[in-house]
Amino acid sequence: MSTLRSRLPAVTGHRLFWPLVVLVLLIAANTVYRPSFLSVELKNGHLYGSLVDILRLSAPLILVALGMSLVIATGGIDLSVGSVVAVSGAVACLYISKQPDQNSLGGVVTALALAFGVALLLGVWNGTLVAVIGIQPIIATLILMVAGRGLAQLVTQGQIITVNSDPYRTIGVGHLVGLPFAIIVALAVTLLVAVLTRRTALGMIIEAVGGNAEASRLAGVRARRITLLVYVVSAACAGIAGFMMTANVSSADGNAAGLWVELDAILAVVIGGTSLAGGRFYLGGTIVGALLIQTLTTSVYAMSIDPQTALLFKAVVVIVVCLIQAPAFRARLRRRAATPTPPTTPAEQQKEQVPA
Amino acid sequence: MSQRHPVLTMTAISKIFPGVRALDGVDFRLFPGEVHALMGENGAGKSTLIKVLTGVYGTDAGTVTLDGARVSFTGPMQATAAGVSTVYQEVNLLPNLSVAENIFIGREPRRLGVVDWRAMRRRATELLARIDLHIDVTELLGSYSLAVQQMVAIARAVDVRARVLILDEPTSSLDADEVAQLLRIMRQLRDDGIAILFVTHFLDQVYGIADRITVLRNGRLVGEWPTAELPQLALVEKMIGKELDALESIDADAGNDPEAVAAGPPLVTAEGLGRTGSVAPFSLTIHQGEVVGLAGLLGSGRTEVARLFFGADRADQGQLTVDGTPTTIRNPVAAIDRNIAFCSENRRTEGLVGELTVRENIILAMQAARGWLRPVPRRRQDELVQRWIEALSIRPANPDLPVRNLSGGNQQKVLLARWLITEPRLLILDEPTRGIDIGAKTEIQRLVVKLADGGMAVLFISAELEEVLRLSHRVAVMRDRQMVTQLTNDDTLDADRVMNAIASGGHEEGAPA
Amino acid sequence: MTTTPLAARADRAWWRVPPRHVPVLATLALLLVMYGVGVSQYRAFSNVQVVFNIFIDNGFLLVVAVGMTFVILTGGIDLSVGSVVAMTAMVSASLLRSGLPPALVLLIALLIGPTLGFAMGCVIHFFDIQPFIVTLAGMFFARGMCTWISASSIPITDGFWTTMAQERIRIGESFVSISVLIAVAVVLLAAFVLAYTRLGRNVYAIGGNPQSALLMGLPVARTKIAVYTISGLCSAIGGIMLSFYTLSGAPLIAVGMELDVIAAVVIGGTLLTGGSGYVFGTVLGVLVLGVIQTLITFDGTLNSWWTKIVIGGLLFAFILLQRLVGIRKK
Repeated sequence: MSTLRSRLPAVTGHRLFWPLVVLVLLIAANTVYRPSFLSVELKNGHLYGSLVDILRLSAPLILVALGMSLVIATGGIDLSVGSVVAVSGAVACLYISKQPDQNSLGGVVTALALAFGVALLLGVWNGTLVAVIGIQPIIATLILMVAGRGLAQLVTQGQIITVNSDPYRTIGVGHLVGLPFAIIVALAVTLLVAVLTRRTALGMIIEAVGGNAEASRLAGVRARRITLLVYVVSAACAGIAGFMMTANVSSADGNAAGLWVELDAILAVVIGGTSLAGGRFYLGGTIVGALLIQTLTTSVYAMSIDPQTALLFKAVVVIVVCLIQAPAFRARLRRRAATPTPPTTPAEQQKEQVPA
Repeated sequence: MSQRHPVLTMTAISKIFPGVRALDGVDFRLFPGEVHALMGENGAGKSTLIKVLTGVYGTDAGTVTLDGARVSFTGPMQATAAGVSTVYQEVNLLPNLSVAENIFIGREPRRLGVVDWRAMRRRATELLARIDLHIDVTELLGSYSLAVQQMVAIARAVDVRARVLILDEPTSSLDADEVAQLLRIMRQLRDDGIAILFVTHFLDQVYGIADRITVLRNGRLVGEWPTAELPQLALVEKMIGKELDALESIDADAGNDPEAVAAGPPLVTAEGLGRTGSVAPFSLTIHQGEVVGLAGLLGSGRTEVARLFFGADRADQGQLTVDGTPTTIRNPVAAIDRNIAFCSENRRTEGLVGELTVRENIILAMQAARGWLRPVPRRRQDELVQRWIEALSIRPANPDLPVRNLSGGNQQKVLLARWLITEPRLLILDEPTRGIDIGAKTEIQRLVVKLADGGMAVLFISAELEEVLRLSHRVAVMRDRQMVTQLTNDDTLDADRVMNAIASGGHEEGAPA
Repeated sequence: MTTTPLAARADRAWWRVPPRHVPVLATLALLLVMYGVGVSQYRAFSNVQVVFNIFIDNGFLLVVAVGMTFVILTGGIDLSVGSVVAMTAMVSASLLRSGLPPALVLLIALLIGPTLGFAMGCVIHFFDIQPFIVTLAGMFFARGMCTWISASSIPITDGFWTTMAQERIRIGESFVSISVLIAVAVVLLAAFVLAYTRLGRNVYAIGGNPQSALLMGLPVARTKIAVYTISGLCSAIGGIMLSFYTLSGAPLIAVGMELDVIAAVVIGGTLLTGGSGYVFGTVLGVLVLGVIQTLITFDGTLNSWWTKIVIGGLLFAFILLQRLVGIRKK
């Protein structure tokens, strides 16, 4: 009993505790509403089911949120990801639609490479504004957030470009070894980012810059290069997400593709426990956050509530999560709950354990 | 003067922070119409005393009386309302508003509830004319020099009927003419009967204007003297103190004779190196295996010298030579490339990344030098981190603890370890022993001696003269942002001579008083 | 884009323009140039009604931008404005449909925005959460409310609303709508508040340096909460004006409007970091956006997306200009 009581704060205090609780509750609610929710079946060697759908649909958000995690870890923010999604999707679809044979794999690959290159360029633009010119990230990326939509529409000439390309469709809805292709791509990019940041020293250096920029400079870290790099990575992730989103519907709409995705991505990162002030980032947390948001959206669809009304729930989640994480709010709670057992923060606990 | 009553009396003030007794039974009094200098080194308790007075901190013991009535302010706003105004070094005004508004915001003259701009301008002009400042009050405050801004801040403070004016290092960033003008204004206000509490590190200014001096050291009151009765050398002695040396003696001179070390090959030579507004051009050579101490009071330019060597600030004049090759060190990366390392005095803001672990903080500089694509292999990390945790006895010996959870002394050792693993040839240590316990202090001093014996050059900065003398082969003396002299640490050099050099600005050599 | 800072520097040399006025003057110059281009290219452009139409079409944008100016002057940001505009229009339309008297509907609709703004201001100040995140939640909330009220557009047939929509006030040969008068009134009132009241001056003070403002004894908490409430009120007024203009409440109207609003404020010379800017500049910023749209409409060959690209380009130019002015001040 006593061990349980002493362990409990360690569990509830973990940064992923509340997000996971909400995720489980959502899944439970869905299952109650529709018992078949949890079932996964194998048809023609492919997995189907609501859970698989949620995973597949959350793939683009996971990608964008991964890039956003790195940007936020440096103490920045990238508002332009939605526009980058739209531009890269538009460029890819435009190129494919101009091909004589839209099903040619070579054409599709060229299209992807072209669009990816454009996304990288946009990332360099953001990174240059922030790291070289020194404009506040929120303002610097606002420029591309506004202008990028226009660029995307310029590419599509204001039309919705429809493509009829099987290889391209695969990115969104296809399967590979039984799993939706999008999930595999998301998984691959996640692994890549994880390796890039955790197998090299990049992650630590990003965290050092975000945690204390001046101390990092005095330790010889070239903060500018790192900052530029994270905006490029963010744009690259958004670019791939753009392929998925447009491939999902086999069409590119410069106006609607990736709308609000920057907000969802920021939300996912924050839910995952990464502080908007920069410093430590948690890729795993970000993915839980993205899944939570997608599950919420899907549940709302499934319960045939208007998708826009899902925003109401989202608003509640944003505020609750931010309040829980806000030091000022925690302090207030603690003062009010001046009960015999004051809540213990993980840091305090560690400190107590150390001398032993 | 003796007939008058003090406008402000602080009696037996104590203030305890976790682990530190910041103020210990300090008395302080301030008479109307006097300029009273509050002196002391880092950690003496000056700023704590001011913060207690203005209500930023509460007291743990003691009383504050203003005009005979006991007061206890809850914050600077309340203190200002009661007539105790503070003007800080970094002017706490609004650069984006006009001069006139900065004087009157929050209490603008109004007509029918509407801000009366014309009256505000007129009154601001009049007010500034009284302190002989004739400027366009409609211009933005930010378009004027810091000196003018400071004077505007004083004008605002005076206009809210301040009887006690606290000037906290107002002259730190001003040039000579500006200081002269500020001192003139202070004299004028004094003659109007305002009591001025003046904190500064410039001895000339103290002797130029202060009527009385109160000295604090290590949170205790050393004493209060009329300026005329306290010669400069005595003041420096009182501020720095001659600590009863609780440390074991460290045999610094045994290994290397200062003359022998200085005859060796020079590692780094600065010629006329300087930075406008920060430190006057100076020349200094540091040899291999030599410990050069920088002595001087707080704010004398010690840290600024260190920052120029490391490229933390860019020098705008002079030449730096490393290993006989002239070089420019534009940034820390360039300095690290040349095997120069720098432990800042501000561990928290300029040294460690609090969120990161001990391990990450230790390898940060090495990793930054290698580039992120070539991570230090985990095994090598373990080896290095473990070795230095043991060598410096960092406690707790857990490399995966966030560094912010460590005590000050252990944080300092982590910072040292970060640079030692890069195997620097010149190690710059800025106040490495400040705010840490005596055991850690001895360990760090021993380490410095050992490193120098091994051939490393060390630039050692400390407010404690005893420490500088114990470790250094040579002592460069700083005063008022200038390097005034360099003294070889032979048998004849003692604390008195160094203090004399600080007090006299290098024209010592005469017999000390 | 590159000539703007140079031109500004030349201005300074000739007439000694204070740096703080450079961005506003640059916007004014830009506006005049664009108008000149319009007049020289298209005969119909010189008609005074073209100018009035810009006001008629952008009146609600102007009012919302005025509210945003208050927020940005304190160094904050309000992302919720577009959703609050839509929500106000939706609430009005649905209440009118349910038969409430127009006066009561107006009152309720005008209360919702400021209430939400007040709540957001409180969270921002007391819990010290970034305005960006809090107003983002506000944006989600208000947009969610819209569709919760109705998933489809609700027409307004009320007599008062139709009168307000159709009433035309003749000025010489031309005319304006009642919304334009409301917008002008809001602009004048806001300019007065910012220049001549303590609240207005405190807004600038907080944007300049919140710590200093606190040390100088200014009511920081009250002022911060007030600006979000004012922004909410302006959005509510903007929402009502939009419902006059469209005679309906639509759940997806004014999506992304916050970006136009922020762009207008920045192009109008207000520093996004706070502390410097004028309502007059915001008026110019909104007019610049309006003239761009009008030019593109007149041209006929240019497409609407050019508006966004041009706005993005202008944003970049003005942010760069702000930085240059800031650097020179140092």
